Amino acid sequence: MQFPTSSSPFSPSSNTVNRVMLQVLLALLPAIGIMFWLFGDALLIQLLLACSTALLAESYMLWLRKKPIKMHLLDLSALVSAVLLALAIPTITPWWISISGTLFAIIIAKHLYGGLGYNPFNPAMAGYVFLLISFPQQMTAWAVPFDVISSATVLDYTKTQLGLGFSVHEISTSPLFGYLAGKDWEYISLAYLLGGLWLLQRKIISWHIPAAVLLGLTIPALTAYLIDSTQFTSPLFHLLSGATFCCAFFIATDPVTAATSNKGRLIFGVLIGSLIYIIRTWGGYPDAIAFAVLLANLGAPSIDYYTRPKQVKLS
Amino acid sequence: MLLLCLIFILLGLILGYAAQHLKVQGDPIVEQINALLPQTQCGQCKYPGCKPYALAIAQGEADINQCPPGGEQTISALANLLGTETKPLNAEFGTVKAPAVAFIIEQDCIGCVKCIPPCPVDAILGASKQMHTVIASECTGCELCIAPCPVDCIIMIPIANKPSQWQWSTAHD
Amino acid sequence: MTKLAHFHGGLELAAHTLSAPIIDSSLPEELIYPLLQRANSYATPTVKIGDYVLKGQIIASANSPFTTPVHAASSGIVKSIEPRIIAHPSNLADDCIVIETDGLDEALASSPCFDYQQETPENLRTKIHQAGIVGLGGAAFPTATKLTTKQDIHTLIINGAECEPYISCDASLILQKATEIVQGALILQYILQAKHCIIAVEENMPQATQALKQAINAHSIQLTPVPAIYPTGGERQLIQVLSGTKLPTKSRPAEYGFICQNVGTTYAVYQAIIQGLALTERIITVTGKGIKQPQNIRTRIGTPIKHLITQSGGYSKDVQRLIMGGSMMGIALNSDEIAVTKASNCILAMTSDELENKPVEMPCIRCGDCATVCPEELLPQQLYWYGRSEQLEQCQDYQLFSCIECGCCDVACPSHIPLVQQFRAAKGAIIIKEKQVEQANLAKARFQNQQQRRAREEQEQLAKAEKRKATIEKMKAASLAKKKPL
Repeated sequence: MQFPTSSSPFSPSSNTVNRVMLQVLLALLPAIGIMFWLFGDALLIQLLLACSTALLAESYMLWLRKKPIKMHLLDLSALVSAVLLALAIPTITPWWISISGTLFAIIIAKHLYGGLGYNPFNPAMAGYVFLLISFPQQMTAWAVPFDVISSATVLDYTKTQLGLGFSVHEISTSPLFGYLAGKDWEYISLAYLLGGLWLLQRKIISWHIPAAVLLGLTIPALTAYLIDSTQFTSPLFHLLSGATFCCAFFIATDPVTAATSNKGRLIFGVLIGSLIYIIRTWGGYPDAIAFAVLLANLGAPSIDYYTRPKQVKLS
Repeated sequence: MLLLCLIFILLGLILGYAAQHLKVQGDPIVEQINALLPQTQCGQCKYPGCKPYALAIAQGEADINQCPPGGEQTISALANLLGTETKPLNAEFGTVKAPAVAFIIEQDCIGCVKCIPPCPVDAILGASKQMHTVIASECTGCELCIAPCPVDCIIMIPIANKPSQWQWSTAHD
Repeated sequence: MTKLAHFHGGLELAAHTLSAPIIDSSLPEELIYPLLQRANSYATPTVKIGDYVLKGQIIASANSPFTTPVHAASSGIVKSIEPRIIAHPSNLADDCIVIETDGLDEALASSPCFDYQQETPENLRTKIHQAGIVGLGGAAFPTATKLTTKQDIHTLIINGAECEPYISCDASLILQKATEIVQGALILQYILQAKHCIIAVEENMPQATQALKQAINAHSIQLTPVPAIYPTGGERQLIQVLSGTKLPTKSRPAEYGFICQNVGTTYAVYQAIIQGLALTERIITVTGKGIKQPQNIRTRIGTPIKHLITQSGGYSKDVQRLIMGGSMMGIALNSDEIAVTKASNCILAMTSDELENKPVEMPCIRCGDCATVCPEELLPQQLYWYGRSEQLEQCQDYQLFSCIECGCCDVACPSHIPLVQQFRAAKGAIIIKEKQVEQANLAKARFQNQQQRRAREEQEQLAKAEKRKATIEKMKAASLAKKKPL
């Protein structure tokens, strides 16, 4: 009797790409829930716009590149990028912001570089930076929770006030502040933390990148705070403001654009954390997540090269 | 301004010195090209051997796609080395053939030694009026011995596909 | 209890163990023996077509340290020496000695040795070589060569840690022949003069552990159950678990004082020394959903697989793959006419629901799961990217040849990328390239020699011609001078 042949192994594997992506989406639900509670329907509209644009853009690009559409759409990677982008932008931005950002992220940052697995830059962050640089006015007007007006974020406000010469203590008495960071915005950070810890427990992500990002941010922040607590905000402020936890658990951990080995991942994470602190404190933008991540993406191949496994030598 | 001029003059002198005293003898590119060629010395490229062909490539007189024994692999490697586009083998110079070695049909051999000088690697053993034979392990398959034989007793036998020479490929089932 | 170390990565796999007692194989009509052995060396036939051979008679001799003699596993006539498809991943044909059995199963007289300690280790190694013993764990490395080490060996490890799914030949052998295995271990320990001897079994083999405990009794052999994580049974991984020493890549365990032998090999050593029998049979597990009655069969080496399948009740449903070996590292064969060899530990007939079911390959998402499970601490992801883009030097930079092809990364990959095949192809491309460069260099050297020789001959010719011309001139001048005074 004759049989077809192939290479070993012949054991089945249970893990699939869309399972990984699905669990990432599930881990984002706490944050989505909190943000919906704070900002209302606007968030859902942004999510809807981003997700539908992402799926359409991905289908179109897959069709142009003559790849099987259903299989690649079902891997849910486009949805993950769209959701992260939609959560990153202010909820009150016009409809064309989320659409153009998603189009840039999926078409240019992802497919023009080769599609899933080949893009060197995090698509969501690339889309965010595109929007931030092209439409700064729309991208810096943030909704106030439970209200109809718009304002700057706590990070933005702090940066401006520090520039004007006020001390940290004076700034933190502003009504924008809650316990440690932005009022009500702190809960969003905690929601991201919760989701991130669940991903860790499910072994979807490893502890190396989140720990390294948080450490890379905390250590400089703590050092500066201890040196001069009137000029530099506390590490807890940094951890709970902006998208720090989102970055540590969801954005920096994007496997396609991060470093490969565990040693490399630690270096990658610390790089991101330190860059976040540097850009927030001395750079031109109030929140630095996107820039820090993109810069670290640039460095990922070099990090991989220098942390590659060497031949084991016994003495 | 003056300082700038002085710096430039100094740099110019350093470059001049380097050009004279650190000059590389010969043209290393020819050796590098030769190292990529299969050393069959068959002449299919219309040059009398691999080194002359390498020289011709280095001087721009020959193209990189004239070597059939080297095949696509050699063309790609040459393109890589020289920073040019890879191109398909030029059929004017021959086609890629399966690896083969020459074999002398002993019943027909007349011991005329006409096949021995053309062999570039001395792979044919024989003397006048003695039986000639090809040392198969040394034969590069260049086929230069076939034409000179007056009784056409040399044939090319393809190297059999044996398990010991087989390797995995990425082709899927 | 000794404290055990861990090796990096590994997977917990469903064992699919068969707990069936060993049955004897019936006599097949033909026995087929390939001449190709390790390191691409061939054994030389010592019989001609038409010769009558007895069971245990040498039919091919060894002529290199990587070859061992081949023995007939039953009596019969040498039918032919011809190409037959062999148990090799290429599924190509190569020269084989084919014996047509006569049904009498007459054996050569054996030369048992009851007190091995009367013999020198050298003599015992010669007996092991003459008996044709090779590593029966799957690698088939000549045992006598492995035992002929100049290093001081401090620990002999008897490997009963059968970790690959579906294989249970070692477990069933231990249950039946624990005393003989312990005897074999003592013989090996004597040959190596090793201070320690450890028998390793997997933690999920309680009956085997019990049998060995009883057999070991008062001997100073340590019995160590190891965690059932694939691939603990691999030599390098087992040594790391038992001793904590991670051997450098490309090193031999003997260089660090360890020698590892499979339980099946150990039993064969016992049979060779104490009973004086050559290696002509081994236990083979015939299993998988594609087999009606899975068995552990004591098989004559050289038996065609279809004979074993018939003895196991035949095929059951749509068999997608016929595999020699386990489901992680086995070789897919294209025909059941192929014969089993000394390295065959398992015949696995897998149906489509046991297999991966033709999963579609997705792009690599660089998740790093492959690196998490790699027992050799490599970066399979990088090896994959470089292998695909044919950047072979970078592959070697990332230690491609340290890969033991265990398949852990392949099974862990969420994108279902055939990583092991990719690495094998990359290794093959590098080997082919190295061979080509070697051949080209040889041809260049011969060509240059020829050019130099011809230039030298031409010089010599010219010099001779000059000399002759000078001599003629001299003679001319001399004769003219003679004529003048007249």
